[in-house]
Amino acid sequence: MKKLPKTINITLKIWRQQGPKSKGHFETVPLKNVSVHMSFIEILDTVNEQLTLEGREPIAFDNDCREGICGACGAVVDGRAHGPEKATTLCQLHMRKFSDGDTIVVEPFRARAFKVVKDLVVDRSALDKIIQAGGYIAVNTGGSPDANALPIAQEMANKAMDAAACIGCGACVAACPSASAMLFVSAKVSQLALLPQGRPEAAKRAIGMVKAMDGCGFGNCSNHRECENTCPKEISIANIARLNREFFKASFASEE
Amino acid sequence: MQLDAKIPGGPLEEKWDRHRFDLKLVNPANKRKFEIIVIGTGLAGGSASASLAELGYHVKTFCIQDSPRRAHSIAAQGGINAAKNYQNDGDSIWRLFYDTIKGGDFRSREANVYRLAQLSNNVIDHCVAQGIPFARDYGGLLDNRSFGGAQVSRTFYARGQTGQQLLLGAYGALMRQVAAGSVEMFPRREMLDLVIVNGQARGVVVRNLITGEMESYAADAVILTSGGYGNIYYLSTNAESSNVGACFRAYKRGAVLANPCFTQIHPTCIPHTGDHQSKLTLMSESLRNDGRVWVPRNSGDIRDPQDIPESDRFYFLEEKYPSFGNLVPRDVASRNAKDQCDAGRGVGLTRCAVYLDFSDAIQRDGKDVIAKKYGNLFEMYERITDETPYKMPMMIFPASHYTMGGLWVDYNLMSNIPGLFVLGEANFSDHGANRLGASALMQGLADGYFIIPYTIGGYFAGTILEPVTTGHAAFNQAVQEGQAKLHRLMSIQGKRTVDNIFRELGKIMWEFCGMSRNAKGLEQALQLIQSLRAEFWENVLIPGTEKDFNKSLEKAGRLADSLEFAETMVVDALARDESCGSHFRTEFQTEDGEARRDDENFCHVSIWEYQGEEERPAFHKEPLVFENVELSQRSYK
Repeated sequence: MKKLPKTINITLKIWRQQGPKSKGHFETVPLKNVSVHMSFIEILDTVNEQLTLEGREPIAFDNDCREGICGACGAVVDGRAHGPEKATTLCQLHMRKFSDGDTIVVEPFRARAFKVVKDLVVDRSALDKIIQAGGYIAVNTGGSPDANALPIAQEMANKAMDAAACIGCGACVAACPSASAMLFVSAKVSQLALLPQGRPEAAKRAIGMVKAMDGCGFGNCSNHRECENTCPKEISIANIARLNREFFKASFASEE
Repeated sequence: MQLDAKIPGGPLEEKWDRHRFDLKLVNPANKRKFEIIVIGTGLAGGSASASLAELGYHVKTFCIQDSPRRAHSIAAQGGINAAKNYQNDGDSIWRLFYDTIKGGDFRSREANVYRLAQLSNNVIDHCVAQGIPFARDYGGLLDNRSFGGAQVSRTFYARGQTGQQLLLGAYGALMRQVAAGSVEMFPRREMLDLVIVNGQARGVVVRNLITGEMESYAADAVILTSGGYGNIYYLSTNAESSNVGACFRAYKRGAVLANPCFTQIHPTCIPHTGDHQSKLTLMSESLRNDGRVWVPRNSGDIRDPQDIPESDRFYFLEEKYPSFGNLVPRDVASRNAKDQCDAGRGVGLTRCAVYLDFSDAIQRDGKDVIAKKYGNLFEMYERITDETPYKMPMMIFPASHYTMGGLWVDYNLMSNIPGLFVLGEANFSDHGANRLGASALMQGLADGYFIIPYTIGGYFAGTILEPVTTGHAAFNQAVQEGQAKLHRLMSIQGKRTVDNIFRELGKIMWEFCGMSRNAKGLEQALQLIQSLRAEFWENVLIPGTEKDFNKSLEKAGRLADSLEFAETMVVDALARDESCGSHFRTEFQTEDGEARRDDENFCHVSIWEYQGEEERPAFHKEPLVFENVELSQRSYK
């Protein structure tokens, strides 16, 4: 039958910061006999149980669904947002991806627009502000035509779905040398631009969302492609190209 | 206590139309004079907030996460049902209604379920208009798939992320109203109390989870959409912050609970690997279409699965239920898996798992066909377990997933407290003793988009509401009580962590009030819960401070509620001397081990009213009247 669970010993160097205005520092926590079946979030749970019993304050971190879809969790692990595994959120990263004796560095997502709340928790409300600037189709409840009244080519629906898979975790921002939210903005602009329902507001949306992004203190795209490389949902930078087209088109045509 | 479900008269098909006409209206200019509080931003809360704001009401919306987009509806995978009959396969509103009533084992209200089936079609229309990228066929029309408990294809889906897409649609609508100034959004807030003035729900007290400060908000009505209590088992498919708190606070203020023991245990989840485990991940039930469930025939057989010859394998579902085989409903599949593990035939590290084997399907259809159907699920499984189902059989085990019980509501989705409405999983209304797949999303959105906008108007138009501000003594009292509870929790400084005690509660509930229950075990559970609760209040250890971002303190508050609520669940399970749907009392089964309903004595909603700490709640019942369907016994042999 199954072999006994493998365990490893690791050392965590974790960022501690009491509040947005406090100075942060790294704290070293050695962990012994860690089951390789644990997720990275469960490692943080384990550390917190240990700290609590020692009478110290646990590490603050965000998480919720623990199955890679809510977008709440996230930290920079060994220099990469969500850690070393491709297309994986922090909660789905398992300890078998690490080796016995590893020292692992854990820091919050860093960006001008994401201020640190405490330890690994950051304020990502700027992403909500960008959506408020047009990341929707303005239909009121009631009065919609029959769902099948408007056929949409399967290919378009699929592309829209690829873009719509964004979980709003902010890893793209943390990975970007300019701390840009272009991948996030482009995912929503693309989803809605690809669908006929989204066309009437396409120009307004592209201009509004980019303006909101700039206003929140995010940088601009510098074509490093780090965002795409880091995105746990593998959102393609083809969406950024589409956003640029939508934006230019809108800038020429719009009266705003 | 008089509980009136306020079900409109007349034929089933006409009840909702008739009722909508009978409901009084609030004129557009007057709507802006009303303030509404919404707790939660899942499918029900997000859709309700947006729709009410569109009508002109002032809405204050609260969520526990850092953004309303993260509510746990986001994790729903499979799809959303609607009676569109786009496949021309014989579906109808009546059929969706009937399947839902039967799937719930005849323990839900006919009128509510029929309305749900009617509104299902409006929900799909609206979601498409919002730009939800549903799956489409080559001609560009919407695609459907089948789900458990139905013989038609009526499930609309967006890959394996239907919940995410529908939630982001509602979230977009909500953000639009925030931008318009009609909704004020309060993230990272947890509701600690409901404030009642003159017998009406008039506000809430919440804790700001960043600063730790208490905040009071007044309104003309309060809508709870705070989801279910599946986390009572500690290990569940629910998100970490999903909790019973808001509903339980309302219960302590007089709102009554209905059928709290009806909890759904989903059969196909990834088993746990050890005590570090914090959650269980669901694998879509569609896998049972091609996977064969088995365990070693001899208990204690620890050979690798590929070394166990066919003759030593026990395909227990296929042998016991030849006609439905691996596709028996969720409750039956879950119970049987547990029975096998209890008999010592479980597999895997903890011996708490059964195999779900695709080797026959791969041999029959080829790897490519199977990959096309289940590729993303296999990938997800491999990410978590490090084993590929293409080579090794999957290991699965049941896990807590959804709760059918909740706060009691009438046909208007209003609780017994005037002005307190409850939508989505938080209420009890539509799924009876067992929910069918792809029906939770349908209900959450029907409640929020298409029911509450009408019924809340009827309430406002027919009610006298005195002006109330947060300066009212009732707010002050709620703040004091909330603060006192937090002080008390922080002052204990015992030896056990919150998670450590929570895990023990989960084990008690799983063992005695989970997939199968009996009177003796339930009585024992009552004792165990009471002594664990006593220990919690003497020995819990909460680090940090009160006026700060303090997850341990948040969790401790929720655990305190759960330790009381668990008892209500057990009391309910004890009082229902029958088996129905998810509620399987081992004393009440047929000769061949199936659930035996008792329609003569238990065809009712069990309702519980809070009587004070350490007191048994008072029991009330709402009889269920079936005028349109005939009660039948479910059989899957």
